[in-house]
Amino acid sequence: MTTIETTEHPVPAPRRAPRGPGRTGPGLPALAPGLASALVWGAGQLLNRQAGKAAFFFTFFAGMVVGEIATGNYYAGMEFTARLNGGFFIRGLWGLITLGTQPREMTMTGLTEGDNSIVLMANGLIALLTLALLAVIWIWSIRDAARYRAERNAGRRAETSSAYFKRLWESAFAYIALSPGLVLLVFMSVLPVLFGILVAFTNYNRDNLPPKNLVSWVGTDNFATLFAVPSWTETFAGILVWTVVWAVVATVTTYAAGMLLAVMLASRRVRFPRVWRSVFLLPWAVPAIVSALVFRSMFNGQFGPVSQWLVDIGLTDERVYWFTDPTSPNLARAVALLVNLWLGFPFFMALVGGVLANIPDSYYEAARIDGAGPLQQFRYITLPIVQRTVTPLIILSFVHNFNNFGVIYFLTEGGPDNVDYRFAGSTDLLVTWLFKLTLDNRLYNIGAVMSLVIFVIVGAISVLNLNRTKAIREL
Amino acid sequence: MSATTGSARTRRSGSVEGRQRVRDGATSAIMHLVLAVVAIIVIYPLVWVVGSSFGPGGGLANATPIPENATFDNYVHLFTQTNYGRWYLNSLYVATINMAGSVALSALCGWVFARIRFRGRKASMLGILILQMFPSFLTAIAVYMLFLNFGLLDSLTGLALVSIAAALPYNTWLMKGFTDNLPASLDEAAALDGAGRLTIFRKIVLPLMRPMLTFVAITSFTAPWMDFILPRLLLQSSGKQTVALGLFQMITDQYSNDFTTFAAGAVALALPITILYIVLQRHLVTGAMAGAEKG
Repeated sequence: MTTIETTEHPVPAPRRAPRGPGRTGPGLPALAPGLASALVWGAGQLLNRQAGKAAFFFTFFAGMVVGEIATGNYYAGMEFTARLNGGFFIRGLWGLITLGTQPREMTMTGLTEGDNSIVLMANGLIALLTLALLAVIWIWSIRDAARYRAERNAGRRAETSSAYFKRLWESAFAYIALSPGLVLLVFMSVLPVLFGILVAFTNYNRDNLPPKNLVSWVGTDNFATLFAVPSWTETFAGILVWTVVWAVVATVTTYAAGMLLAVMLASRRVRFPRVWRSVFLLPWAVPAIVSALVFRSMFNGQFGPVSQWLVDIGLTDERVYWFTDPTSPNLARAVALLVNLWLGFPFFMALVGGVLANIPDSYYEAARIDGAGPLQQFRYITLPIVQRTVTPLIILSFVHNFNNFGVIYFLTEGGPDNVDYRFAGSTDLLVTWLFKLTLDNRLYNIGAVMSLVIFVIVGAISVLNLNRTKAIREL
Repeated sequence: MSATTGSARTRRSGSVEGRQRVRDGATSAIMHLVLAVVAIIVIYPLVWVVGSSFGPGGGLANATPIPENATFDNYVHLFTQTNYGRWYLNSLYVATINMAGSVALSALCGWVFARIRFRGRKASMLGILILQMFPSFLTAIAVYMLFLNFGLLDSLTGLALVSIAAALPYNTWLMKGFTDNLPASLDEAAALDGAGRLTIFRKIVLPLMRPMLTFVAITSFTAPWMDFILPRLLLQSSGKQTVALGLFQMITDQYSNDFTTFAAGAVALALPITILYIVLQRHLVTGAMAGAEKG
């Protein structure tokens, strides 16, 4: 390792020749300390005569090596296998790559302790994330060593390690303040997201449940199942179409109804607008889970009051089974959309109402003088102004409805049953299907693929939306 | 219940509004008819469930909006014979932790992103934007698989931590956007007077952020009461359920014979949240607008 300095010596000789008469360091090229630090962290800093910094970087290096040895079984003379002897990093990476090699077995002494693939995968992921963090420090040490040497060669004054750390401390306030949030995000969001992505490429499902069985990598088989096995593809396509129809219709109806009511309430012809407004806001204020469950009871086929009422007034001869009749899936869908309209219009009404209150009266007066009727005023003044303010919220509302777990699951639980679908009913959205796949049927791998598909769709819409807003430019 | 307050307000504002002449009688009548129909559709289910909760019956078939022999039996039954009280406390516990954690973390992070320039700022804000797009139930399912294999399921504190993390990117983004619009001159003046960064944050910026703090506090306090997916995945034993889970079970398990108890539970959950929303409606609508404008 120490041979580097000697081999590096003759190469960039011309670079250090023309330097001025100032007190430059021993004329090493910038590359040498960098390479030294790449091999043994902090060695470059030592060459630069910065003992403090060298100790700092070396601590991380030593910590990594000691940590690996302390958590593993590194005895001399023992044959090394990653599974039995590896420490936190080696065994972690081994587990991530193989997902375990020893299944649980029945032997003379009872059950042996097999490998738990999922625990191995999660540990491996944590080891990989730790290594990534260490890699950042490693690169930092290399760049610091090389850059400092280059600056010294250029005639810059020497900086002591303590001065450097003091400077660092002052600029590190942001990182320290962010660290609690960051730690929480890494362990509760980033790690699960990465884990979910990995599961999409395994056969982790009810047939391969650790610790009883081993899980293994299957490449893109799950994607192939979803997109090439007819029964799965049919279910997926059917549910996707319904989800899109649902999201579009739900958003359009709630927006239109909210807009209509807001415009009516803004009209001078309506008496007591504030009373009406308070009443209409109730569906928004009542928790959606409560309203949806109440509607579920009202539309209960056997005992619910709606069916009873229809029979009483003689509109239907027998009770209507709104959400459980497999022969009329579209009835269930229509009722779900109506219930969603009940739940969703007040939000847009409040929003549009707020915008309307801010449109100056002079606009309308000018229009009236020019001879515009009420419809023209609405078309050319109200609508464009409202549209501009509310569009981002319409897109957000679309995304929300696309993933509207609550209304569908609480109202219909996906029913009525659909015999052509795999584990799904006629009103199931992608989200509720995903939920059923994971929790009720324990098809974790297919569920993970579905999660990715939903993320891609939602992400694409969100990116389009973001490009329109100021958010990106303000980064 | 809203009928009485409605008529009281009607009389008061009636004298003011009454001065305005109604020009076109027919149009006005049609508009009021439409409004009345909508109002009935809006109110009927709510009156129905409130009425049922006071009804003596028990079965769904007997539920009526105006019970003949109104009693409090269902509420007594709810709090003595079922685990509802326990669920309520569980929800309150998760909601409180979620509110405190969300407000504290998102205010701190949002302020740092808005006011301090540091290396990696752009990259981490982009990361937050991407994480915010990832719907929280997708992470919830992965969290469930992880917790299942590490034996961490069935913890209310764990549920609260996952909830905080799930909403953190969005809340941070809101806080950052709000702080961007606060005048920086106050901070600078305080810095010249020798105030440390944390002092500036606590004494100057935090009081100015109050509207956004209120918004995040309300949303993060009310969310756990209504959330279903996360608790359904992460909680298992009956003593650890939240109100939303309990209500759902009530209506799916004991469907037709104990509907009035469910109605009482639904009212007990909905009443405080509904009042909170109506009182703070202006805050909530402006907050949602701000969120949308910032992406």
